[in-house]
Amino acid sequence: MAAMSGGVDSAVAAARVAQAGHDVTGVHLALSRNPQSYRSGARGCCTIEDANDARRAADIIGIPFYVWDLSERFHESVVEDFVAEYAAGRTPNPCLRCNEKIKFAAVLDRALALGFDAVATGHYARLETGRGGGVELHRAVDPAKDQSYVLGVLDQRQLAHSLFPLGDSTKTAVRAEAERRGLAVARKPDSHDICFISDGDTAGWLRNRLGVGSGSIVDSAGEVLGSHEGSFGFTVGQRKGLGLERPASDGRPRYVLDIEPVSGTVTVGSREQLVVDQVAGIDPRWCGSPPADELRCAVQLRAHGDEHRAVVRVVDGRVEADLLEPASGIAPGQAVVIYAGSRVVGSATIARAGRRTPV
Amino acid sequence: MRGWTGSDRAYAWGAMSEATSQPGQVTYLDHAATTPVYPEVIAAMTRQLASLGNPSSLHGSGRAARRVVEESREMIAAAINARPSEVVFTSGGTESDNLATKGLFWARRKVDERRVRVLSTAVEHHAVLDSLHWLAAEVGAQVELLPVDDTGRLDVDAFAATVERDPGSVALATVMSANNEVGTLQPVDRVVEIASRHGIPVHSDAVQVMGQLPLDFAASGVDAMTITGHKIGGPLGCGALLLRREVDLVALLHGGGQERDVRSGTIDAPGIVGLATAAELAVKGQPERAALLCELRDDLVRRVQDVVPDAQLNGAPGDGRLPGNAHFSFPGCEGDSLLMLLDAQGIECSTGSACSAGVPQPSHVLLAMGRDEATARGSLRFSLGHTSTRDDVDRLVAVIGPAVERARAAGVTGMGGSRA
Repeated sequence: MAAMSGGVDSAVAAARVAQAGHDVTGVHLALSRNPQSYRSGARGCCTIEDANDARRAADIIGIPFYVWDLSERFHESVVEDFVAEYAAGRTPNPCLRCNEKIKFAAVLDRALALGFDAVATGHYARLETGRGGGVELHRAVDPAKDQSYVLGVLDQRQLAHSLFPLGDSTKTAVRAEAERRGLAVARKPDSHDICFISDGDTAGWLRNRLGVGSGSIVDSAGEVLGSHEGSFGFTVGQRKGLGLERPASDGRPRYVLDIEPVSGTVTVGSREQLVVDQVAGIDPRWCGSPPADELRCAVQLRAHGDEHRAVVRVVDGRVEADLLEPASGIAPGQAVVIYAGSRVVGSATIARAGRRTPV
Repeated sequence: MRGWTGSDRAYAWGAMSEATSQPGQVTYLDHAATTPVYPEVIAAMTRQLASLGNPSSLHGSGRAARRVVEESREMIAAAINARPSEVVFTSGGTESDNLATKGLFWARRKVDERRVRVLSTAVEHHAVLDSLHWLAAEVGAQVELLPVDDTGRLDVDAFAATVERDPGSVALATVMSANNEVGTLQPVDRVVEIASRHGIPVHSDAVQVMGQLPLDFAASGVDAMTITGHKIGGPLGCGALLLRREVDLVALLHGGGQERDVRSGTIDAPGIVGLATAAELAVKGQPERAALLCELRDDLVRRVQDVVPDAQLNGAPGDGRLPGNAHFSFPGCEGDSLLMLLDAQGIECSTGSACSAGVPQPSHVLLAMGRDEATARGSLRFSLGHTSTRDDVDRLVAVIGPAVERARAAGVTGMGGSRA
């Protein structure tokens, strides 16, 4: 089964698995709900244009095509989680959650039950067979497009039934191939924003769901510098849009250091105060076996972020990472993804970031 | 390319005798969506497509085209017992439904502004339902959708009570002749009887009935009736609104004033000749076809329930439904899983109404009949038509059991969080 979003990547991925001789069926996942309709209040129809693009790609490739309505599941597992995480002062990654709960869970399970052997997607990542015979998830060849970070939540069973045909290609090559194959989506722009926030205004979208809140903006000494209309408008590491009238006494920019959702208190401070060298993660997920001992490795702490050399331990089902290279502006709710070379070891949700050593 | 290609032999694929599907072979059980075009229709349309002439032109070519159109109009009128002047050609069922509901509403309210109520049923086709919702949202209509029983049949007493509450405020009533999803026939005669006491015009969408059951426009007593070509072996994109001569209607399309000034637009002579040819064939063969389809359908229902004992037949029993309609709920299944599995084996059927993105929604018809959402989403319609044979039923019966089993397995793990 080829999951086809209507974009160029998944179209080329589907074409490649079909050309490789697999019996391929294209499926577009309708994820969004559109309540503005005469019909039922929950039609999975607001992605009509994307669904049509996917359908046309399937026509060109010559494979059957269907639309599966995952809107209920998506709403429960991804959208509601996204809102709840922001309400709790964290910064979630909905793509990761979607991969964990929808694409490689609900969709994969359904596909397997219906008789498919695997799900192919247009993610940029590579799968290799490890020495022990297991499937390993690796970074893509194209570092600019690598999406192994958002796939770090997949376990061995999920990886064993996944195909990522684009992992060895660059985006440029994929677009050229789409053009060569006559796929009309060849020049369709990449999607960047959160798919269910169509205008890209995350703060406004959250305000509509969480309501206008209130709280103080304080410095690390506790002095009140200003107020805000909802802590969900802030992310750790954020500099712009703090709305503070008084400049810092030293005249340097201020950054969000911490968000306390119950009182709504947002703490700001200097760039130096953002620097952390220790990260704790909860709900770890392992691509293979969890590391038995302390692991010298690298961690990535946000999508498209840098790698930081680290020492990782698993303690009582939690992940503790000592960063040998400090990081800055690490937001709870994002994932810490653990890499051994190009291989993804696993991931966890960042619960806390702090300092082992004094500044 | 699967399916028929236009040659008579390929068209008659139903005569093949294999009990299971061969690669590339199609078992078409979706005649209610659209039904194969008669070879005679293809021939007549092809001839007309090659003929020059706008039927509204005054010269010889125009007159020749016009003659074909008027002869077609007479054929259609004869087939369903209407006067030729009562046939208004349209682009099909959706346009006819829009024209009837909006056109009648505007015309009736223009005469008396108290006439704002529109009475209908909760199980109409979206071409009617969405038109009524539009009238309510945009021009102040008060739409009242009357309930149906658990077979999908209109509650006539509720309809009568709703009319009698204030007959003077009713602009029109619109009640389909037979439901497109579950096949239940509606008591349109009773609706006409009640509405006519107060001079309330009645429209009925009869696209599913034509060719399956006798259709008599004059005897029906309705003021407007929707028919369409592609449900009777005619072309897509050509239908008609039967409209009583004395009924006043406000036009939706303005332009050259064709079709009694009710439906402007260059007259589609090839489509119309196709519609007329199909109407004649559909009506001529109707009695034998209905008898055969009833037999095939009863066989299909019995044998599907033999293989899948908990499959529930939806809609009215026996004579209360369209001869070609068998509509089931398969507990524990997603209808679209089942559809995909059957499609992969060359068996083509339908889950009910699909929106333009191709996402099957829980059917408003089944919900109105009191089914819950899971049941509604676990439903499939098999519809038979003029090319159906016993082999079609055999092939479905041969694969439905394993398909249901597999769809059930997927239904448990799969979609829609509320049911997982």
